[in-house]
Amino acid sequence: MNNYLLIPFLPLAAFLINILLGRNFLKEKAHWVSILAVAGSWVVAVMTLVDTMAGKTINQDLYSWIVSGNFKVSVGFLIDQLTVVMLIVVTTCSTLIHIYSVGYMHGDKGYYRFFAYLSLFTFCMLMLVMANNFLQLYFGWEGVGLCSYFLIGYYFDKKSASDAGKKAFIVNRFGDFGFGIGIFMIFLTFGTIYYEPVFAQAGGFANNTVNFLGYDVHLMTLIALLLFCGSVGKSAQMPLHVWLPDAMEGPTPVSALIHAATMVTAGVFLVARCSPIFSLSETALMVVALTGAITSLFAATIGLVQNDIKRIIAYSTISQLGYMFLACGVGAYSAGVFHLYTHAFFKALLFLCAGSVMHAMAGELNLQKMGGLKKYMPVTYLTMLLASLSIAGVPGFAGFFSKDEILWLAYSGPSPVGKLVWAIGTVVAFLTAFYSFRLIFLTFHGKFRGTHEQEHHLHESPKVMTIPLILLCVGAIASGWVGIPHLLGGGAHFTEFMKPVLGHPEGHGTHSEEWMVMAVSVIAGFSGIGLAALFYLVRTDIPVKLAAGLSGVHKLLFNKYYVDEFYSFLIVRPAIWTAKNILIGITDAKIIEAIVNGVPKAIGGFSQVIRKVQTGFLQHYATIMATGILIIIALMLLR
Amino acid sequence: MVPLNWYLMLSATVFMIGVFGFLTRKNIIIMFMSVELMLNGVNISLVAFSHYLQDLRGQILVFFIITVAAAEAAIGLAIIIALFRNKSTAHVDEMNEMKG
Amino acid sequence: MPFVMPDLRPVLPEIVMTVLALAILLADLVIKRKETIAFLSIVGVALVTYVLPGSMGTTFNGMFLSDGYSMFFKLIFMLNVILTVLISVKYIVIEKVNFGEYYALILFSTLGMMLMASAGDLIVLYLGLELMALSTYILAGFIRYDIKSNEAAMKYFLLGAFASAFLLYGTSMIYGLTGTTDLKAISAYIVANGLSGNPVLMLSMILFAVAFSFKIAAVPFHMWAPDAYEGAPTSITAFMSVGPKAAGFAVLGRVFLIAFGSVKLEWSAVLVPIAILTMGVGNIVALSQTNIKRMLAYSSIAHAGYILLGIIAGTSDGMASVLTYMLIYAFMNIGAFAVVIMLRSEGFKGDNITDYEGLSKTHPLAAALMLVFMFSLTGIPPTAGFMGKFYVFMSAINAGYTWVVIIAVMFSAISAYFYLRVVMYMYMKEPKETVQLSTSPAIGLALAITVIAVLFIGISPSTVVNLARAAVSGF
Repeated sequence: MNNYLLIPFLPLAAFLINILLGRNFLKEKAHWVSILAVAGSWVVAVMTLVDTMAGKTINQDLYSWIVSGNFKVSVGFLIDQLTVVMLIVVTTCSTLIHIYSVGYMHGDKGYYRFFAYLSLFTFCMLMLVMANNFLQLYFGWEGVGLCSYFLIGYYFDKKSASDAGKKAFIVNRFGDFGFGIGIFMIFLTFGTIYYEPVFAQAGGFANNTVNFLGYDVHLMTLIALLLFCGSVGKSAQMPLHVWLPDAMEGPTPVSALIHAATMVTAGVFLVARCSPIFSLSETALMVVALTGAITSLFAATIGLVQNDIKRIIAYSTISQLGYMFLACGVGAYSAGVFHLYTHAFFKALLFLCAGSVMHAMAGELNLQKMGGLKKYMPVTYLTMLLASLSIAGVPGFAGFFSKDEILWLAYSGPSPVGKLVWAIGTVVAFLTAFYSFRLIFLTFHGKFRGTHEQEHHLHESPKVMTIPLILLCVGAIASGWVGIPHLLGGGAHFTEFMKPVLGHPEGHGTHSEEWMVMAVSVIAGFSGIGLAALFYLVRTDIPVKLAAGLSGVHKLLFNKYYVDEFYSFLIVRPAIWTAKNILIGITDAKIIEAIVNGVPKAIGGFSQVIRKVQTGFLQHYATIMATGILIIIALMLLR
Repeated sequence: MVPLNWYLMLSATVFMIGVFGFLTRKNIIIMFMSVELMLNGVNISLVAFSHYLQDLRGQILVFFIITVAAAEAAIGLAIIIALFRNKSTAHVDEMNEMKG
Repeated sequence: MPFVMPDLRPVLPEIVMTVLALAILLADLVIKRKETIAFLSIVGVALVTYVLPGSMGTTFNGMFLSDGYSMFFKLIFMLNVILTVLISVKYIVIEKVNFGEYYALILFSTLGMMLMASAGDLIVLYLGLELMALSTYILAGFIRYDIKSNEAAMKYFLLGAFASAFLLYGTSMIYGLTGTTDLKAISAYIVANGLSGNPVLMLSMILFAVAFSFKIAAVPFHMWAPDAYEGAPTSITAFMSVGPKAAGFAVLGRVFLIAFGSVKLEWSAVLVPIAILTMGVGNIVALSQTNIKRMLAYSSIAHAGYILLGIIAGTSDGMASVLTYMLIYAFMNIGAFAVVIMLRSEGFKGDNITDYEGLSKTHPLAAALMLVFMFSLTGIPPTAGFMGKFYVFMSAINAGYTWVVIIAVMFSAISAYFYLRVVMYMYMKEPKETVQLSTSPAIGLALAITVIAVLFIGISPSTVVNLARAAVSGF
């Protein structure tokens, strides 16, 4: 059964149709092609899910592009439990967001272009998750990066948008550089770039070391960390997180699809996919866990004080991605993927709700200018509230189950940093609940704080936008129910399902400990919500006072720990200074200029000289031929 | 009996005369005749080899070469006539419309 | 001694081709519409292609070999004829040389190439080579009233005759040394008598290298190529840049790998500098060309340099990569020439690179096709040109010529400059005057075939590569 091929190729076809015919023929109808294509992909993905649940996995090459010796480049697909979960996440979110975009992007002059890119993105993302080799993974990886760049800079006439696009692209270069070297190392080590033989042989290299920059380094640690470099960039972990908040310059559906639900989770997917490699290196896992934990704490604290509605959600995304890495780092890959899966629904929903609010507020993003929107847009309010309950980890909602599983496995797992990251995770759970509800209360409760004109304009979004919200809301609530732990009488089906790919995480602990962990996280969540209610509903003067009293801390958080400024100081400005003074002044003018202009010039000049040999006189040609023969004979005699 | 080397030296000499004629003479027809001289130089050596090896292939090849040379002469002269009609000269240095 | 009929099955394609060419020559007397003759030629060539697969075998005492190797080359020749005829139909009307002999000569020339590819003996090789060359000389000067065409024919003819004299001298040397003209017997004699390093053998090997380098237009024996390509009718330029070159590679591979197989070390020492010079001169001089036919002439010189790497590698993978490259080159080069031909119209030469300015605005489809062919000639994936280069370079690396490949890649990077300049003219400049395209269904068909092949081989090269590997397996 090869109909799984339709999953990536339907969106590709939609992209081609839109890009070729969109401008002149489809125009305002461009969305039909894309929506039907991704919806088709979704249907096939669900069918594939059914097959996979019956235990059928696929690993086959579609066709080989290049075969030369043991080097082989081919397009091949691996569909196992991990892939199928990603397929469901990607196609579901993509379909709903495509539909939502019909309302959101209505009347935009690049309408067809938007849908074309969105479909292209879906194609690349699907190729990424369905790859059965690292090169195809890399292709998809760069493809989604490119689409992200296009879509962040979608409003290219706006300078901040095109700057943000460039920033995302450049920051990702850093990570992808390591990732690329990692793949190269894999090819050098295993002589192949296919998952199956690589993972099968990985164990045999567990104790190998390799000389790297003069040090003997544990081979698997090196490979794992190089791959993780890519993850850090793509999933916006510290220290490469700076691009994601700026990426919010793109249209909101893009933020929802690419910068929340799918692309940014590719890093987590990569770690989970390469779990056989990561598991061989305790150091690498520890790095992953700590990076995740620190990032999630760091981003959550920034989220506390931001006023830009989309940026808060962006920091929340970074924080939640940190959570997923935290899970992978303690060896609980399936829990990480579980969180990826639930997160996709509630985070996409949060973004779409934010988009809905922006739609009503005519593009206003500042929380301080909102308030009381509840009565104008009830559907948006309700769905966003439910999404926030989910992310806050309120029992029964999707976020609760995945978060709880991560915290429990961190606490009980064998990782040496398990307890530490558990503690951080719990704190983050509290912070998450707080900022999520701060956003809800500031936006939807209280009195409207914007202008009269804006108030007059307030309205609920059209059906084409609210229906995706409702559908995603169902996911935000119910998607976690497939992973209810044994403790609560569930079957932990998700973990069981993933077991063939990701193994079974080991947790050593008593039931009472498990209850304790769950209780602590629930308490953290509720107290976060409660505190937010206190601050922003009851005693609205406290936050102001607090900000004044702790002005240092507030300023630090408000300015996002000055990371951007730090980079600007440490990298960007020196780079620009060097560029201006040394590169342009000396290197460029004297050296690069000489090379870039000089080499073509020299070759061009050389060309002009050599072509003079071609005089047009027949006998010159014959003489050159005869001379050539003589020279060759002379050379042979001299040998 | 004439030794093989003498034939070969004659052959090489005729061939080289052809080469030098081709490189130095400016009239296209004479250049073409120089090429014929080169071919005849080859023919001499082939016949000589054939005789000394007691093998007929060499002479057969000579027949083919003479035949091909005849065809070549026909085509060469046709090209030269076409050229002469347009240029009114058979001087090779006049022919450099194309260069570089 | 009773008369024994030789086995004619292996030469059946050649016999059919001969009959076809003669029939076309006769048909020209009675048929007034020359398009019909073009059509008949294509049908005839299709018939030749049809009998091709059944012709496996050796005949005339090993003088004529019909194996996978020759068959693959014949496939390229057939393709070359069909595509050339398709792009000629309208063009020779515009050039006012719409004569039936045109097609007959193309067929005779192809017959010569077929004999070359199948030659197991130096005599057959020589006859095939001359049949091909003589027909091509006439074709190059086919526009009788055009001084450039005359000059092209004259230069090609005289230098060609000059070069074949060297080939004959080499043949004579090797005949005197080994007493035979049969390629396998030569090889056996060299091995049996331990002749490697023998000066006469070396001299004859060098002379062969020179003569074949002339046919494939390798530096410094390439001097005829730019002038002949520029002056010849464009359709014939396309024909010459593929057919004789492929035939040259066919005999180069056959003679050097079979007859001189045991002195590979010596001949590779000759061919490596030739290959490097060829790539260098071809790519560098192409930079400063303003005439697109001349630019493509230098480009074709450069490509000969790349293909030589496959011969130098000397392995069966190397030979397979040569076959692959030649096939790909046939598609992309004739495709590019087809676009060049379309620009030629009544009273408009259209062979300057500046004529392509703004073509994307006036004729987007033609510009897009040219873009594909230029990308392919540059070797940008996913076009076929990339695959050709990839396999040739890979085989050279595997044979231990990494340093030559590095040089080749550098020159290949330079080549992007002049190919993409055409693209730049088409897409980034404003049209100065509206160029009239002379299209016809035939040329449309040729373009469709070439562009589909270029993209298909680029995306899925395994079919062609496997075919080529199978072709050289019995070599």
